[in-house]
Amino acid sequence: MRGINFDIAHLLAGSLVLVSFMQLYQDRLTALVRVFALHALVLALSVAWQAYVQGAPHLYLTAGIALVFKAIVIPVALHRIIVRLGIHREIDAAVGIGLTMLAGIGLVALSMVVMLRVVADADPLAREDLAFALSVVLLGLLMMVSRKNAVGQVVGFMSLENGLVLAATGAKGMPFVVEISVAFSILIAFIVIGIFLFRIRERFDTVDVGALDRFRGDRQ
Amino acid sequence: MNPTEVALIAVLAVPLFAAALLAFLPQYRLGARINVAAAFFSFLAAVTLLFARPVPGNYLFIDDLNNVFITLTTFVGFTTSIFSASYIAHELEIGRLTPINLRFYHAMYQMLMFSMNLALVANNIGLMWVAVEFATLTTVLMVGIYRTHEALEAAWKYFILGSVGIALALFGTILVYMAAQPVVGAGLESMVWTTLVERAANFDSGILNLAFIFLLLGYGTKVGLAPLHAWLPDAHAEGPTPISAVLSGLLLNVALYALLRFKILLAANPHALAPSPLMIVMGLVSLVFAAFMLYRRRDIKRFFAYSSIEHMGIVTFAFGIGGMIANFAGLLQMTMHSLTKSAIFFAVGHIAQVKGTQRLAEIRGLSASDPALAVAFGLAVVAIAGLPPFGLFKAEFLLATSTFASHPWLALIFGFGLLVAFGALMLRLQDVLFGKPSQSKGIATATLVPLYVHLTIVLIAGIYLPEPLVRWFNVVAKMLG
Repeated sequence: MRGINFDIAHLLAGSLVLVSFMQLYQDRLTALVRVFALHALVLALSVAWQAYVQGAPHLYLTAGIALVFKAIVIPVALHRIIVRLGIHREIDAAVGIGLTMLAGIGLVALSMVVMLRVVADADPLAREDLAFALSVVLLGLLMMVSRKNAVGQVVGFMSLENGLVLAATGAKGMPFVVEISVAFSILIAFIVIGIFLFRIRERFDTVDVGALDRFRGDRQ
Repeated sequence: MNPTEVALIAVLAVPLFAAALLAFLPQYRLGARINVAAAFFSFLAAVTLLFARPVPGNYLFIDDLNNVFITLTTFVGFTTSIFSASYIAHELEIGRLTPINLRFYHAMYQMLMFSMNLALVANNIGLMWVAVEFATLTTVLMVGIYRTHEALEAAWKYFILGSVGIALALFGTILVYMAAQPVVGAGLESMVWTTLVERAANFDSGILNLAFIFLLLGYGTKVGLAPLHAWLPDAHAEGPTPISAVLSGLLLNVALYALLRFKILLAANPHALAPSPLMIVMGLVSLVFAAFMLYRRRDIKRFFAYSSIEHMGIVTFAFGIGGMIANFAGLLQMTMHSLTKSAIFFAVGHIAQVKGTQRLAEIRGLSASDPALAVAFGLAVVAIAGLPPFGLFKAEFLLATSTFASHPWLALIFGFGLLVAFGALMLRLQDVLFGKPSQSKGIATATLVPLYVHLTIVLIAGIYLPEPLVRWFNVVAKMLG
């Protein structure tokens, strides 16, 4: 039984790294957001599995947040923003895809080498989880630097954060995991609202409500 | 509940309730007064903690180290709230802020005080992380409050870089837990500072080392150490000036405090790497880099933001060198910098309002147009440049001499950085005070009292340090190793 538990956790954490790679080569924003939804879904499954294996019911809450908020609400909101701002056809990569993928492979190799060596005596489940989590974090960082659009950067940040949640749930019995995932959700909600305002500024030149007021004043 | 616990709770509860109250209070004048009152009561609560402290709990605690920080934070928070009251009245007059903005501003000010206080008194690495994250969020909102193109861009940059920083810090925090968990056992206990430091000797040193790298990068971003400082000048320049004062004077310290705690943790483990070389290198790089960058600034708030990077570099360097004298110098430098830099921002806020601009080129001849303001600004810049008889001179002198004794080559780099920064400060000071007077848009009506209170403390500290303070700082310096 111990074997299959470990294998499933391993499979899910590994899939998260794989989906991170899939995000790297999406050049359309809408596709990127869809892949991110998949990323969050895999995370939710992985967290739920950890909750089951560790017998820690509070982790189901974290899994629920990941599923509802990050796999559904945020992607829908981002999708709307993208369509509304008319940037759904935009190609959004500051660095070539081939180069990004190579860098990604390098980062994953790095995190495996560092992590597996450093935490050699730890519990194998936590150890592999942590190595995968560091890969997801580094790939998220890579995505943030290789995208020029704010939406792409935010998706990068969110997948980085998914890596952190994976690490936190992998650390057995860690307190505050739920609080931390809530704190992050608030942060992300702010970011998404932020992009909306920010992009509006780029398109309409200002989000200064005062300017709108003045405009209305002229009309009267 | 005994009185010390009440005081500890009050340090957190007062700003939290004040924030809730201010959010629903439409009159901004009353709001400004409540803001000052709440800041004053937090300060009182922090002062009572100096005399007696509660037993450490699983979430909150007070020891000699965070006592220094919490007193400083609540004090500068209080004086800044007085400055802020006169500053925002002017901003409202010229229409840069609306009454609704101000309601939001006051509520956020208290939220910021709450989250900084929480980060300082948290006895728990997870709780501390959440508090630092909230402090980041509130300051992002404050930086963007003017809603101009530049303000939004600064807020966005700060947001993204700050978020990456705190994300890395969280990974480090998780790793510390992983290191502690096999020794202390799963659960809350493995995140409690007092327990962690006691048992650190048995932790896996490899995990601790890796954790420290992430924590240094993560919290180091918030300290504003080069090359992770990119958010700092923008955030200082584009937000309201009271927020620049709080950012430079307090928030950078809070992040540094987090780093120091983890440094103590690593020092308690005999096999872990020594954090000192990393801190020395980052400190010196920040110092020298920021000193050179000072020469090319065109915006007065940006100029002093780089000066903050320089000083945080000095403080990090001091704690990196370690030992009783350097740690003592670092603590003194940090305290004096907080007081002096917030005083400078008080002066800069008034100057920018009088001249109607933040561009250095358009701020000239202040001694002719506003003599009182010019004297105050001049004194504050002389203090920050590290000239005697002010307190920063004493701290920098102590640090330089102790470094010369242990690492002469590093002392040379340190002295070079200080001199370069000194040149830039004097150059700009001369232009601002004695250049050909530029046009003024009004006269300063605001109070200079908080500024002179800060400068008086800095001056007294430069001449004479009271015995109990020296003893207290010595205890902390010993703790820091």
